[in-house]
Amino acid sequence: MVDSSVENIDVRPVNKKENRALFAKREKIQPKKARGNFRRLKWIIMGVTLAIYYITPWIRWDRGESGPDQAVLVDLARERFYFFFIEIWPQEVYYITGLLILAAISLFLVTSLFGRAWCGYSCPQTVWTDLFIFVERAVEGDRNARLRLDKAPMSFSKFGKRLLKHTIWMLIGVLTGGAWVFYFADAPTLLRDLVTFDAPLIAYSSVAVLTATTYVFGGLMREQVCTYMCPWPRIQGAMVDEDSLTVTYHAARGEPRGPHKKGEPWAGRGHCIDCNQCVAVCPMGIDIRDGLQLECISCALCIDACNDVMDKIDLPRGLIGYDTHAGQFDSNPDRKLKIRFIRPRTVAYGLILALVGSIMLFALLNRSVLDVNVIRDRNPLFVTLSDGSIRNGYTVKILNKIHETRQFRIDVEGLKGIKAWLETAAPEDKTMTVTVPADALSSYKLFVSAPSDNLLGKSSDIEVIVTDLQNGEREVQETSFKGPDK
Amino acid sequence: MSDKVEKDEISGTDTTGHEWDGIKELDTPMPRWWLWTMYGTIIWAIGYWIVMPAWPLVSSYTAGFLGYSSRGSLETELAEATAAHADDRAALVTMDLGEVKNNAQLYQFALRGGKSAFAVNCSQCHGSGAQGAPGFPNLNDDDWLWGGSVDKIYETVKYGIRSDHGDTRIGDMPAFLTDELLTKEQINDVAEYVLSLSEERDDTAAVDQGKEVFMENCASCHGENAKGKQEFGAPNLTDAIWFYGKDKDIILRTISRGRGNVMPAWVDRLDDATIRQLALYVHSLGGGE
Repeated sequence: MVDSSVENIDVRPVNKKENRALFAKREKIQPKKARGNFRRLKWIIMGVTLAIYYITPWIRWDRGESGPDQAVLVDLARERFYFFFIEIWPQEVYYITGLLILAAISLFLVTSLFGRAWCGYSCPQTVWTDLFIFVERAVEGDRNARLRLDKAPMSFSKFGKRLLKHTIWMLIGVLTGGAWVFYFADAPTLLRDLVTFDAPLIAYSSVAVLTATTYVFGGLMREQVCTYMCPWPRIQGAMVDEDSLTVTYHAARGEPRGPHKKGEPWAGRGHCIDCNQCVAVCPMGIDIRDGLQLECISCALCIDACNDVMDKIDLPRGLIGYDTHAGQFDSNPDRKLKIRFIRPRTVAYGLILALVGSIMLFALLNRSVLDVNVIRDRNPLFVTLSDGSIRNGYTVKILNKIHETRQFRIDVEGLKGIKAWLETAAPEDKTMTVTVPADALSSYKLFVSAPSDNLLGKSSDIEVIVTDLQNGEREVQETSFKGPDK
Repeated sequence: MSDKVEKDEISGTDTTGHEWDGIKELDTPMPRWWLWTMYGTIIWAIGYWIVMPAWPLVSSYTAGFLGYSSRGSLETELAEATAAHADDRAALVTMDLGEVKNNAQLYQFALRGGKSAFAVNCSQCHGSGAQGAPGFPNLNDDDWLWGGSVDKIYETVKYGIRSDHGDTRIGDMPAFLTDELLTKEQINDVAEYVLSLSEERDDTAAVDQGKEVFMENCASCHGENAKGKQEFGAPNLTDAIWFYGKDKDIILRTISRGRGNVMPAWVDRLDDATIRQLALYVHSLGGGE
């Protein structure tokens, strides 16, 4: 008699080598529910990541009169990105570049240490697929019930279950797309506008597109997104080495596998009783006993399933467990897992992380709140005035990056007899004081003239100095003053 | 190459029958999603031909049922843009031109509109940067033939100079040699005198005689101090700016044969709001009075 406490499941991995064909039809995967530590961990991570996603746009952050009070906001119309105390202007996009580099290197580091932890726990595809499977299980039951339902002819109850499932999926899709648009506009206002149909068309179409992708990716395509669409499984080969932790079947301990009857001796055979529980719970539909494969997202649910079985047949846990590649063939059941955290690869990633992180931090702490650009007119290069002096035109752009109105004085230096005035000022009023609104860019037309005899040649260097009248902050811009051939 | 389709032993796929150094090329079929995408684009193309302009005919083209044309959509967009600024244009027409500068938003609107109208209508003669050319005034400088206040510029743009419009302003530089008003020597003397106003000349005798000729013949328009009179469009002859060039031969030619360039009247070609935009734009270039 086969060990009665463990159900033997008739399930085939979807990617068995001998069944591969060019036009293989997708085999639908109906993962069985797993119970255990990793399943619990995944529930927690799902809760936390979903909470971050849904709550973030509703966090308020006071920026005074001139800024939005939303903590995280991508303001496309005004070309600003707000992240709590950080505010980024379009020309500071290198902060985003730095952030992406940090994200990529962190991913490399985590992968070289713990394998595809990102894929298994926190990738949105994994989180939402998990959520969709949770809904599916709640409506249609666990694996066996779902398989029966699939085979059953269409009936009122089957149609009802299907309808309910797809409705909830669609609802999750709407909420997902709905939460996304809140990152791009004031969330409370947008919510009100969405409900009263006053929101812009782009908001509705974004919700529609994200509803569709969430529904299709999470409900219908699932593991195909990871296997066929995502590049990461193919890159992981370059990230993982013999010291990386991956979900591993300890073949030396498990083989030779075979059904086991209660009371039979374990001598001369492996600990794997070939119950296929690990295959049944796998959301990717693969057999971990075939070794590390690109379909495996390292979600560790097979560890939970196998540990459950080991408990029932009174064998030590960990036939499937996190281990290094080297550990796969170590048959000693008492062996201690050793992780080499310090390796050339991790040190290199760590150093790059520290370097990019410090540069980012330095740049952020020393971020200027005043930027000045001086653009010289090129057409005409210069103008001869009636008294024989030469005039050049400039456009002065002042970026006031703080949330207060600031007054600046513009001075021009560098040539004897140099004169400067703003086009916006009345001709008789040659004041050089300008007021730049809070958190704004203002542009001024500046004329500079100098007696022809005082020019240093076809091009003379001059300085445009912008001084904050309140705190004396100065920004000096060098530019040139063009004149005729001498 | 054999006629029979050969199967690759390992993959079980057909080969193309091509072989290089023992390596046979597999005849792997296209991925299905790729194939369906291609069929999709073909269906899309057929639909496109029906509703959009697509096929050239001998002297026309298939217009498509949607009636789309890029020219039509441009016209629609232009009309929408004009309509969107209807308020600004109305305000510009009713407001005193000198007041516009006090309304920052309207002033910006005027300058931008003026800039684009200038590029289309004025840059052919005055240059894209309004820098002018010999015979076509530089509009950036502070020397104005007919006045550099925004109202005067508006009048010039609207009615032109020596144009065919009834309200145009006219001031002719006579042809002193052609019309036998002065002799060649007198013209040489007066040219020497005019040059002496802005630089040292060696021939002081000619300068002195030229001054007498100038007072009798030229001062009525250019003024006794030769600083010009804007009511006649007579240029200031003492400053650093020379309309046709600071060269004695050019000055001799101007006095001998006269001058009379034409600025067209724009009142019948552009609407009033655009002319006002142009006046404000030209005034903002740096020399406006």
